[in-house]
Amino acid sequence: MSAPSTLSILRWLVWRDLTLAWRRRADVLSTLFFFVIVVSLFPLGIGPETNLLRSIAPGVVWVAALLASMLSLGRLFANDYQDGTLEQILLTPQPLYLLVVAKIFALWLVSGVPLALIAPLVGVQFGLPQDTLLVLTISLFIGTPILSLIGSIGAALTLGLRGGGVLVSVLVLPLYVPALIFGAGAVEASIMGTSPQANLSLLGAMLALALVFAPWATAAGLRISLE
Amino acid sequence: MINRRINWYRYASPGNFYPLAGKLIPWFAIPAAILFMVGLYVGFVIAPTDFQQGDAYRIIFIHVPAAWMGMFLYVLMAAYAGIGWAFNARLSSMMASAVAITGAMFTFVSLVTGSLWGKPTWGTYWVWDARLTSTLILMFLYIGFISLQSAIEDYRRADRAGAVLALVGVINVPIIYFSVQWWNTLHQGASIRILEKPTIAPPMLAAMLIMLAACWLYSVAVVLARVRCIILEREQNVARVAEAGA
Repeated sequence: MSAPSTLSILRWLVWRDLTLAWRRRADVLSTLFFFVIVVSLFPLGIGPETNLLRSIAPGVVWVAALLASMLSLGRLFANDYQDGTLEQILLTPQPLYLLVVAKIFALWLVSGVPLALIAPLVGVQFGLPQDTLLVLTISLFIGTPILSLIGSIGAALTLGLRGGGVLVSVLVLPLYVPALIFGAGAVEASIMGTSPQANLSLLGAMLALALVFAPWATAAGLRISLE
Repeated sequence: MINRRINWYRYASPGNFYPLAGKLIPWFAIPAAILFMVGLYVGFVIAPTDFQQGDAYRIIFIHVPAAWMGMFLYVLMAAYAGIGWAFNARLSSMMASAVAITGAMFTFVSLVTGSLWGKPTWGTYWVWDARLTSTLILMFLYIGFISLQSAIEDYRRADRAGAVLALVGVINVPIIYFSVQWWNTLHQGASIRILEKPTIAPPMLAAMLIMLAACWLYSVAVVLARVRCIILEREQNVARVAEAGA
């Protein structure tokens, strides 16, 4: 029997996580609903004035996305840790870095992508113009993988700890700040009628940086937590 | 021939370091106290009143050294944690945990004194200025490190997990600083600037440097005292033996 190639292992890993997510659709959907509900609460708290809502929309949508993606981090490793799959993953001969990237990619597919797709809908609630809705979606498409990548470090480090959920937020939210600034900045630039390109480019640069460094830190964190 | 070289690795062992730290503490604590008094005297009595800001500016003699220490101690903490992780040096990791609390304290002091200075000078306690915001986030990073370490019961795991977090934080600090600066210039045409430095009078500079040295010595003394507590807590046998031998 020949050993399967790394690529096919990665494909299986992504496929497995997607299947698991599909079997527990409620988890995925509740994160999505959390996002929609949080965003919808703001007009109720602040008042229905369109101009005000439009000016706070970028920040509100992005902060809600931050919180929602943080909630989804619990699914990344915790279940695999409990049933022992994670140990098996660590024991495979494939580089852990790539396996971690595959798991984060699968998480992003079920948490980040739906968020980015539904964002225009909540953007309409805030009276955002059409161009801006597009920028909002693009910024979330570039930004949510950053959130998943950075968040995975926190998820790995707090694996199996009591009160892990709250702890993750304390660890990870300060690290989300740059993504929030440039993501919301891109949307705001678009509302002001200027080009969002500078912000989007910086967001893209951060994605590249996070893609290189974060899985490495996550892999180190997993090894520490499972020692 | 007597081998005169000191074996520095000897003091990488918590048991050997414990009595050494105990002996070193007064050598840092007493000069720190003296320098604090000298610095405060020079700062509050000798240094001239600023003609723009009046006497309110005098808080910078505490504020500026505290802010510097807050930033520097984070890097120091990450370096200790990284060394502890890479070389499996327990003492280095213990130093990182000891430094974290002092660093968080200085960051907090710099935020509080900064806002107290801001009220008479800017007319408001808090401005979303780039420096203020990044200092605030720096404090969140400290809090994250401390709460992660205190959530993990196994010391080895706590040390290593803290090291990963501290190193990730160190990479992030410059990114956060520049992004906040960028955000600030985008959001509001700088309504308030950190004061344009009037040519700083020599007594002012002297007071600031003395206070910085005092903060340094204080940090060393406090960190050594705290690391002794950590050694006692974690390695009870080692410490007890050392205590008996000393």
